[in-house]
Amino acid sequence: MKTQVRLAIDGQDVEVPPGTSILDAAHAAGIEIPHLCHHPHLTPAGICRLCLVEADGKLVTACRQPVRDGMAVRTDEERVRRIRRAVLELILSDHPQDCLTCDENGACPLQRYAYEYGIEENRFLGPDHERRRVPPREDNPFIRYEAEKCILCCRCVRACADIQGRHVLGFAGRGFPTSVGPALARPLTETNCEFCGQCVAVCPVGALRAKGRRFQGREWELRTVRTVCPFCGCGCRLVLHLKGPRIVRVSGGADGFRLCVKGRFGMGFVHHKDRLRAPLIRNGDGSREANWEEALSLVARRLTEIVAQYGPDAVAGLASAKCTNEENYLFQKFMRAVVGTSHVDHCARLCHAPTVAGLARAFGSGAMTNSTAEIESSDCVLVTGSNTTEAHPIVAQAIHQAVRNGATLIVVDPREIELADIAHLHLRQRPGTDVAWLNGLAHVILAEGLWNEAFVAERCEGFDEFQRTVKEYTPQRVEEITGIPAEELREVARAYARAKRGTIIFSMGITQHTTGTDNVLALANLALLTGHIGRPSTGVNPLRGQNNVQGACDMGGLPNVLPGYQPVADPTAREKFQEAWGVNLPEGPGLTVVEMMEAALAGEIKGMVIMGENPMVSDPDIRHVEEALRRLEFLAVLDIFPSETAELAHVVLPAASFAEKDGTFTSTERRVQRVRKALPPPGEARADWEILCELSTRMGHPMDYGSPAEIMAEIASLTPIYGGISYDRLEGAGLQWPCPTPDHPGTPFLHAGKFTRGKGRFHAVPYRGPAEVPDAEYPFVLTTGRILWHFHSRTMTGRVAGLQELVPEAYVEIHPADAAALGIADRDRVRVSSRRGTIEVRASVTEHALPGTVFIPFHFGEAAANVLTPSDPLDPVAKMPALKACAVRVDRI
Amino acid sequence: MARLRHPAELAALAEGLVRARKRDQVSITVCGGTGCRAFGSGELAAGLREEVDKQHLSGEVEVKLTGCHGLCERGPIVVIQPEGLFYAGLRPEDAAAVVRALAHGQVADQFLYVDPESGEPVLREEDIPFYRKQKRLVLAANGRIDPTSIEDYIAIGGYQALAKALSSMDPEQVVGEVKRAGLRGRGGAGFPTGVKWEHCCRATGEKRYVICNGDEGDPGAYMDRSVVEGNPHLVIEGMLVGAYAIGADEGIVYVRAEYPLAVENLRLAIAQAEELGLLGKGILGSGFSLRLRVFEGAGAFVCGESTALVASIEGNRGMPRPLPRPRTTEAGLWGSPTVINNVETWANVPAIITQGADWFRCFGTERSPGTKIFSLTGDVRNAGLIEVPMGITLRELVYGIGGGSRDGGSSKAVQIGGPSGGCLPAGLLDLPIDYESLTDAGAMMGSGGLVVLDEDTCMVDMARYFLEFTQAESCGQCTPCRLGTKRMLEILTRITRGRGRKEDLDLLVELGETVATGSLCGLGQTAPNPVTSTLRYFRDEYEAHLDGRCPAGTCRELVTYTVNAELCVGCGLCAKGCPQGAISGEPRSPYRIEPRLCSRCGACVSACAKGAISKQ
Repeated sequence: MKTQVRLAIDGQDVEVPPGTSILDAAHAAGIEIPHLCHHPHLTPAGICRLCLVEADGKLVTACRQPVRDGMAVRTDEERVRRIRRAVLELILSDHPQDCLTCDENGACPLQRYAYEYGIEENRFLGPDHERRRVPPREDNPFIRYEAEKCILCCRCVRACADIQGRHVLGFAGRGFPTSVGPALARPLTETNCEFCGQCVAVCPVGALRAKGRRFQGREWELRTVRTVCPFCGCGCRLVLHLKGPRIVRVSGGADGFRLCVKGRFGMGFVHHKDRLRAPLIRNGDGSREANWEEALSLVARRLTEIVAQYGPDAVAGLASAKCTNEENYLFQKFMRAVVGTSHVDHCARLCHAPTVAGLARAFGSGAMTNSTAEIESSDCVLVTGSNTTEAHPIVAQAIHQAVRNGATLIVVDPREIELADIAHLHLRQRPGTDVAWLNGLAHVILAEGLWNEAFVAERCEGFDEFQRTVKEYTPQRVEEITGIPAEELREVARAYARAKRGTIIFSMGITQHTTGTDNVLALANLALLTGHIGRPSTGVNPLRGQNNVQGACDMGGLPNVLPGYQPVADPTAREKFQEAWGVNLPEGPGLTVVEMMEAALAGEIKGMVIMGENPMVSDPDIRHVEEALRRLEFLAVLDIFPSETAELAHVVLPAASFAEKDGTFTSTERRVQRVRKALPPPGEARADWEILCELSTRMGHPMDYGSPAEIMAEIASLTPIYGGISYDRLEGAGLQWPCPTPDHPGTPFLHAGKFTRGKGRFHAVPYRGPAEVPDAEYPFVLTTGRILWHFHSRTMTGRVAGLQELVPEAYVEIHPADAAALGIADRDRVRVSSRRGTIEVRASVTEHALPGTVFIPFHFGEAAANVLTPSDPLDPVAKMPALKACAVRVDRI
Repeated sequence: MARLRHPAELAALAEGLVRARKRDQVSITVCGGTGCRAFGSGELAAGLREEVDKQHLSGEVEVKLTGCHGLCERGPIVVIQPEGLFYAGLRPEDAAAVVRALAHGQVADQFLYVDPESGEPVLREEDIPFYRKQKRLVLAANGRIDPTSIEDYIAIGGYQALAKALSSMDPEQVVGEVKRAGLRGRGGAGFPTGVKWEHCCRATGEKRYVICNGDEGDPGAYMDRSVVEGNPHLVIEGMLVGAYAIGADEGIVYVRAEYPLAVENLRLAIAQAEELGLLGKGILGSGFSLRLRVFEGAGAFVCGESTALVASIEGNRGMPRPLPRPRTTEAGLWGSPTVINNVETWANVPAIITQGADWFRCFGTERSPGTKIFSLTGDVRNAGLIEVPMGITLRELVYGIGGGSRDGGSSKAVQIGGPSGGCLPAGLLDLPIDYESLTDAGAMMGSGGLVVLDEDTCMVDMARYFLEFTQAESCGQCTPCRLGTKRMLEILTRITRGRGRKEDLDLLVELGETVATGSLCGLGQTAPNPVTSTLRYFRDEYEAHLDGRCPAGTCRELVTYTVNAELCVGCGLCAKGCPQGAISGEPRSPYRIEPRLCSRCGACVSACAKGAISKQ
């Protein structure tokens, strides 16, 4: 095969790879060809006709025409220039001449070309000249469309279709009045628009812009700061564009381009008036502002007193999946080395603790085995227990891309989630029955001889017992337990086993059960059985929920492990840290989140420090949590907003948001990336790491890190998987751990050739039914989860006006048949009750719900789904409560 | 009827049908084309049937509603076979008289066509000059068979091309025959059909499609509609032969929804052919299968462009795909190799197979063999649907067939090729009609629209009219077509309103070049044709407009009405008739028209009994 094509552009010899467009070839040779409809991330459309050039005497569009060997291209012929000029004049004749007050001024390619081609006087303007007069549309929370500016380049149309897979935008009308927009000119809120804003990002002329963007600064007045998105775990690299201290707009994305609604339009919280500006000290029922000296001394004194009086294990701390690696490292160091307890945990307990436990047992490492971008090249994607589109929008993009590339998509989920729309097979299991169908898949794969014998023989152990166990899970039996038709189960087994590069993607729907660890082990079994692991585009991939939940775990924000998953119980590991930190460390593992609350209720925990977490919304059985927190003798909370949890604190310390500090986040694909300070914190707020240093110093353990970079150096010296990571290596796209040495390039996928633990281990996991099953009194199964428009306990997204506008309150999704039986209509207010409590929400009657099952998003503090969920029993290994399956009743109010 | 399992069974059926028919069966054929139907031919046929019954002729005389006969100007038309007695301009109430004459072996003279040249009535269809100079290959059976009867079609040798191809030709031979015949695409571009099929045969891919492009969108054009309405089986058979040749097992006929009768007849024909085993699985007992369905287009002109048509069938907005792109023969419908031919092209195929390429090449010219159907409209006596051999001159067509101008004057120009075609002046009437000659002269074959223009037609206004159409039908995606045609239209409009500037003509030429060379698809590339061709042949008319005159007197703003004082008797009728109150005067002295108030409606001209008001 030929490696290069040679051609001449304006007489200049150029060599480019085959398939290169003339436009790109010219660009490589330093020859610029004007273009408006072309965008590097989109399929070339060839419609603006500005990039017409002469190739071998024929006029062609440079953006679409691939180069040929020996081709002679002229970009500057008289005829070409004449047509180009006329096309420019035509475009300008239907474009308002309002550059003086346009936000795009200086960044607009049309303006630039008009200047470069010296279009002073437009021959088409005059008394007979008509220009489209259309009022701007703002009938949605985020996007302003000024149709008059639109040049119909259809970049937005292609971004919506090719990148986002939504197909919301298209052409409408014919002839001169042709326009671009949603079908039937409906408002975007009535379409399946996800407000990802990809259309806004690609619009060259400012016709599509973020609402509120107008007059906030022209591009040349803005400065940019590269950082990482503070919402989910996808780890999108953001570019903040600021005028002075205000974020005006956001661009970027992991691929430099794709973002979701929260990343693109959700930064308003940073500037929100509710931000905590000064420390607060409880004052009877209310609180008063205090200075840092007073607040820090009070916290230090009270913690010291409790340790002195009851011992260090009377204090517990919650690290934060939202804070940086450096801050989490300091937090657990503070708890272990300064307070002297192992009672440190964080909300990962309530998301992927079963994953960390399960995958560590099966493979030796508890994180995503492969990278997000690899999903696109997989030929079979099995998604279960993950509403990826809503919870991990950018990973969903990769899945969409895989399907476009021809992959088979299998969704196993009780709910009719968005991915089910494009899935080849959608199995709807009864909640809490995952082990059964997973064992069933293994059964079919074995029975039909589809397993990878060589892989199992060479790289795995524990096969025999596993094989004996799954033998009992015939498709018929699985159908009885799960409701999944036997034949569909067989089809899924065949599709996954026969794939070349099968990948499993899962999330809370797998882990948030009392059998969470078993579920994860059963998934791992499938990958081992088929050999779909240790290669690109395969693996078992837990999607981590928060921007730095992976990092908070990596940093030892867990009661049983030190940074880098070095067990507390391992004396060698402990010794290493004791030596580095100059203290003795507690020996045993500490308490987990739910156990801490139990202990607080029992009076065993007297004091707590909570950094950037909101258990009053996110933890199960909230009433129970509230009782526990109120029983504490002392509670200190570090946060950026007065959260539901902060309201119960004795001292609240105001923290800096992600945009106001330096540090690193580790994304779901184990990618360590730099977070950069873009603006100063409001009022007197300080970065959590600074607060922790002050506290530690006041408690007799001086910490004088000059910067987060210094903290990272300490982390690297003690944590082998982060051993090669330093700030100067993180300038680009970051590094994926394990990265043990300064010259190690990072690890896109794990377990190549050898599992972290040596051999991959099969686990025999018999099916156990859900802990709480529906009965006459509580006839429905409740599942909880996330929605696209909000994040976690809504401390941030609840303060973004547009997101609030779209989804202002909680709701319960219920199947039309169930709703009819209860006399409930869509949007009725209903009461949902469990054995723990009751909330009132609106009903959303939809076939997306499985009959007999209801769904409530967990984000809303005022109607918190977690009032209903149980904190007992727990998964025996990972101490996970049953957040995805408990029994409730629904009543009309 | 039973499924036909072998070509021989088809032959037997045809033979049986012919045998069952009396040799001198009297048949009253009533034109059932959309045009004649609008004039009540449906009621006429019903009336004729009733009369036949009433006069006890039902055993001997059949009444048939056929496809379009062509001489639409004189519809509804009735032809009585076998002798070919031709009646024109019948009304439903004339049924009794027609049947009565027939019963008595007489001719109903009052309904005969009168030759405007000689003033003599003409008895038989074939003697009417309009028909005499045509060569009706595709339309041959249009006026003879009932389009809703597959038996009629089979009785005249229908589906014999299919039978011949299946039983004695392999696909390569079929392609070879069509290629040798030199049949070229009748949709306008004139691409050799056999070559197109060959491209498709060479493309890789199991699944293949044949598509019939029936998205006839030119204003005033109804060639394809008439073929589908009048002889749907001919189109189906052509597609069957094509599908066999390229290995397609699925076909789609894309017809615009504005053609309800075509859609209805086609659907019925497909169902009949399926019932007989001429469509569907294992056609005529062979291994060849074809599933055919009708797709109703929503009426966008641009969907006649093949890639836009494919997009439309695929459920997307009908927009052409820009170059470079694979040919539809390589990646057409759903990405599979696809042959798209228009109705007339498909309809030419069966005869080429049954009679052979050499026979086909007897008609037309070396490079453009065969015939072409035109819809002849405008200032001609015999407006209608005509089929002529390629190479015939425009003069023959306008005068020989069309009968010349209505008022006997001379024609000024011919607009040929539809809205994207060009205007050719009377001086070019001896131009032979073939693809190359027309293109060289600045017009094009197009799908067959032909408008004859008289001296009262303003060429600038005519160009404006056609551009208004293409502008409104631009799909909107590419700049030159969407905005270039709009600006051209604005310039033309201001010229016709007397506000033209002297630089406007150069600007039109430059814009014309930009739109023609810069546009993405054929629609934009040809849209300036009416403007550039009139600028080429009638520049003086443009210049006259710039000087404030419309030589044809049709551009209202450029016309002034004046009262000739010498002829005016001062009766005041003109002032009474003027809706604008623009005319004033004293009784018995000459009246005056105030140009600022005059709306150029011409009411005063009709009101004046003395012919004293003139238009300039």
